[in-house]
Amino acid sequence: MATKDTLQIELQFSGGMELLFDNQKTIQADVPAFFPIVTKDTDTNQQERHAATIRDLIAWTSIELLKERPELFIGDDGSVRAGILVLINGADWELEGELEYELQDKDEIVFISTLHGG
Amino acid sequence: MHLTNTADTTVHAHQHTQTQPEVGVKSSKGTKPLRNPCNLCQSVRAILKRPKTGQQLCKECFYHVFETEIHNTIVDNKLFKKGDRVAIGASGGKDSTVLAYVMKLLNDRYNYGLDLVLLSIDEGITGYRDDSLETVKRNRDQYQIPLLIISYKDLYGWSMDDIVKEIGRKNNCTFCGVFRRQALDRGAIMLNVDHIVTGHNADDIAETVLMNILRGDLPRLQRCTSIITNDTSDDASGIETSKILRSKPFKYTYEKEIVMYAYFKKLDYFSTECIYSPNAYRGYARVFLKELEAIRRTAIVDIIHSGEALSASVQANESTKLPTMTNCTRCGYISSNELCKACLLLEGLNKGLPQLGIGHTTKIRRIHEAAANVAEGLSLSSTSLLSPTTALSGNGAESATVVTAVASSSTSSTLEERGKTVTHIKDLARLETMPSLQTTS
Repeated sequence: MATKDTLQIELQFSGGMELLFDNQKTIQADVPAFFPIVTKDTDTNQQERHAATIRDLIAWTSIELLKERPELFIGDDGSVRAGILVLINGADWELEGELEYELQDKDEIVFISTLHGG
Repeated sequence: MHLTNTADTTVHAHQHTQTQPEVGVKSSKGTKPLRNPCNLCQSVRAILKRPKTGQQLCKECFYHVFETEIHNTIVDNKLFKKGDRVAIGASGGKDSTVLAYVMKLLNDRYNYGLDLVLLSIDEGITGYRDDSLETVKRNRDQYQIPLLIISYKDLYGWSMDDIVKEIGRKNNCTFCGVFRRQALDRGAIMLNVDHIVTGHNADDIAETVLMNILRGDLPRLQRCTSIITNDTSDDASGIETSKILRSKPFKYTYEKEIVMYAYFKKLDYFSTECIYSPNAYRGYARVFLKELEAIRRTAIVDIIHSGEALSASVQANESTKLPTMTNCTRCGYISSNELCKACLLLEGLNKGLPQLGIGHTTKIRRIHEAAANVAEGLSLSSTSLLSPTTALSGNGAESATVVTAVASSSTSSTLEERGKTVTHIKDLARLETMPSLQTTS
């Protein structure tokens, strides 16, 4: 059983969050299965690598997918900005370990902004 | 694959951590102990952690609790009487969309006997309100509730786009806020309703409390925490005010739950930020509060309680006199001054002095002084548009002269151009020609 290098993750954006992602409401992303990402030059100790978590996903998403105003998505602490709700496979991330949740292949992660007024 | 499971003692120690490792449950067959069971029914997986109580609930139990709490708020505070005609202030945003949905649902479920209508205000903001009003129109059809849309342009002669063109992006929210409050009342009069409900939620109220404290606005601090306002049973002054009650059935409802409810119910709402508001004061208060809440879960409800306690002590303290309410001499709307804020702002717009009623910056003072000098050379006997007691940034008499002078000199051409100075409700005839109620087809 070979370990996959990437995980297929479905990202969904709503409540105005999609505006930061070129108005895409759904993105199918191939997310690295382990972090930090190893490049040829770096000599990262394999043991320091860990399975991808939501924390890694947020950082990765803001680098790879975010189109504008990263400060509206990611906070100083590496979490999403306060006021953004996250769902992991249909459930509140607060029930799933929040930032420490380990991503699984075919996970569905939803980001909903509550900061947009009516 | 999922070998190392040592990290499973994550932040939140779930109730069932003593059972088998949770990893791989999704793909596994067979019956495993339920992960994160609902605290109420115990039989279904929880999907939400309630910000208010920390309870974890499944979808159906969440719906039940969410709706029942709003029902209890309505009943406990005696918000409605059977047969009341109630307008739902609808913007197409998450709060009012959920409010319309829940009001309809509770009215049917508990036989409130309310006659519900949707009331929307078109501020005239291209690329924002025009789109969100499309959402409201869909809600009208989805929920089968009649809808009335009234516009700033029709009521005041100015759309927000016009106003921003005139005054720029500073203070435009002041105009919008003052105009909206009155516009809702005007709409309610047209619809002949007894009551307006708005989608203000617990987070909104906490923000408003914070803003009123930061601005030292005690009268508003008092008003913003009450669940129901304009309740004449409390008002012994006998002054003819707006007879329309206003209430906030979501006063104790958290934004997170409203958004989650809309998400799970797949309600159709509009979520673009107003194109004119990014720098508004509220935006900062909102982000600040969210950050507080992330550290201290009870921050929202704590601030609401503080607001209530502070306003109670303001009431008790006789030295803090609240302004006596009277009626605007121009339009009859309730006001703490001779001229209501909307009339004052409109007068400024129509006379090319848009800073009127906003506050006193040195710049306006200079304009005032310059105009006052002009006034000295002119006859001062011209009809006074504003009485000297009108609160114009504190320098009443001087400003009154200034306005008269400006009106009769530099901006007289603009006045003529705008010929029809709309003093909103004064023109009751106008209201009759307003768009009629759009009922569902």
